[in-house]
Amino acid sequence: MPKDLPAFIPGIDRRFAGIALPVIVMAALALLPWLAVRLDDPFLVRLFTRIVIFAIAAVALNFVLGFGGLASLFHASFMGIGGYVVGVLAHHDANETPLMLGPLAISGTSDLLITIPLAMVCCVLLAFITGLVCLRTSGIYFIMITLAFNQMIFYYFVALERYGGEDGLQILSPLHFGPFAAPKGAAFYYVCWGALCASLLLLRQIISSRFGIVLRAISQNERRAIALGVPALRYKIAAFAISAAVTSIAGALLATNQKFVSPADLSWIRSADLVIIVVLGGISLVWGPVIGAIAFFLAELLLSSWTIHWQLPFGILVILVGIFLKEGIISSGSPAAAWTRRRTRHG
Amino acid sequence: MSLSLIVVQLLNGVQLGLMLFLMASGLTLVLGMMSFINLAHGSFYMIGAFIASSLLAWTGNFMLSLLVAVAGAGIVGLLLEIGMLRKVYQQSHLQHVLITFGLILVFNELARLIWGPFPVPLPVPALLAGSVEILPGITYPTFRLAILLVGLAVAAALYVVITHTRSGMWVRAGASDRAMAGAIGVNIELMFSLLFGMGSALAGLAGVMAGPILTVQVGIGEPILILSLVVTVIGGIGSIRGAFLAALLVGVIDTFGRILFPPAIGSMMIFLLMAVILACRPQGLFPARA
Repeated sequence: MPKDLPAFIPGIDRRFAGIALPVIVMAALALLPWLAVRLDDPFLVRLFTRIVIFAIAAVALNFVLGFGGLASLFHASFMGIGGYVVGVLAHHDANETPLMLGPLAISGTSDLLITIPLAMVCCVLLAFITGLVCLRTSGIYFIMITLAFNQMIFYYFVALERYGGEDGLQILSPLHFGPFAAPKGAAFYYVCWGALCASLLLLRQIISSRFGIVLRAISQNERRAIALGVPALRYKIAAFAISAAVTSIAGALLATNQKFVSPADLSWIRSADLVIIVVLGGISLVWGPVIGAIAFFLAELLLSSWTIHWQLPFGILVILVGIFLKEGIISSGSPAAAWTRRRTRHG
Repeated sequence: MSLSLIVVQLLNGVQLGLMLFLMASGLTLVLGMMSFINLAHGSFYMIGAFIASSLLAWTGNFMLSLLVAVAGAGIVGLLLEIGMLRKVYQQSHLQHVLITFGLILVFNELARLIWGPFPVPLPVPALLAGSVEILPGITYPTFRLAILLVGLAVAAALYVVITHTRSGMWVRAGASDRAMAGAIGVNIELMFSLLFGMGSALAGLAGVMAGPILTVQVGIGEPILILSLVVTVIGGIGSIRGAFLAALLVGVIDTFGRILFPPAIGSMMIFLLMAVILACRPQGLFPARA
């Protein structure tokens, strides 16, 4: 991992870049449905629902990537499995057949208050098992192993004919939160927005806690942390599991939004997209990936409305980000942060 | 399972393994020497198959198409290394992932622009179209047998060059300690460019040989890339010997996993194999670095 990984924004900068700016960005996102009504453009809400959902996953990925030094290409799997838990249980609910897990018969349900926590439990278990193998390694090995594990999960779901195999699984039964039907349009956007706020607050709290400080210490110098008596592997597994749990929420929301899950939702391309979003936004701030998600999807939208071969300029853009944008759009070293630093010093 | 099925599947497994070795040999040396993750390695495989398809349609000569396609993939790799990649080795692995992922998007879209979104034909050459009786009562397609022989020949040649020549010694020295090899007078930069080009050419060769068996279309490089990464990880980064054994192991286990187990489990076999090997030996079977 990069040795010059910026530490938590020190001093004055911290208040503005860490508190005021994200509050402004989240408030702007909260006003979006209002703007969509004013512009009479309902597509805007659909687009930003997707952006906010991916922002949740990217913020969760950044928790281990930016603060734990773990460049995981496994996060599409957490997202996809979150979606599949919602989809599979809704499928059994619609067919009124129980899901057989060995001797256990689980009846299907479309209640997201049950399926989302269940998705989180599944992903935490998966993170724990895979983490035991992949978190022992670091650097190149870690990247390649998480990539391979991701494809393992991908091929598993491709071969799972019972749930649609390669074609994916349509969610036919009406999803609901306890007694309330799952909202649509702007209301669902606010559910996702709320989930993003909650994820940001939770992860921010964890990062500034003792746990987060130890995690950052491990990412900067694992050998020294171990010499100081830190059980590094356990910390990394715990961080990986926390990240997996939050990512699975994004996956479940995405499935609820699309009424559909397919193996494409957990291919490694999706994992790479998440990494691009994180790096684009900036890995040094908890909320950096929110900016990354907005930039990523707006770039995709603009380029694809310009040409059907939009992946060509998009690929070039990704290469340029890789070469030049080391700290992302929002970070302690970026022009935006330098500007805020000047502002706060004068003010 | 009958004997003939076992023999045929074993040959299929070895053939897949040799193909993977052609891919992984370049990948593992690049990784070992520059600790550079090249996710775009599968693109050279795709480029090789596409160039061969076009040339075959134009000239009708398979041998010529093969040679030009291999050279073409090698030249693209060499130019890419000299023009861009050598400037980014010093950056972090995260940035390598981004840059080479962007390259995949660019190569795939360029291939779609040039050859279109539909599969292009790459027929088996007439000379190798039939099948031969390898054991009494067991026949095997001639073309697959040819792939097997070419793969073995390349692997043998590579082994001799790496272990018994001076330039091979430089490569091994570079893979185990780049700075030290540079300090005692090996021209690391030049050697690495050539190595990268050779790795790309071998990936192109694998693409041309796999083309008639699979379909040649945009995106064929990615599945084989993932398998090659698994081979590289199992074999140990930077080790040709490890890559060879791991490739055969992965090829055979993948082939038998798919016929012995239900598809959902069969397709996971090699990844489980990787997990087990890494749990016991986190550095792979034959790490080049101590």
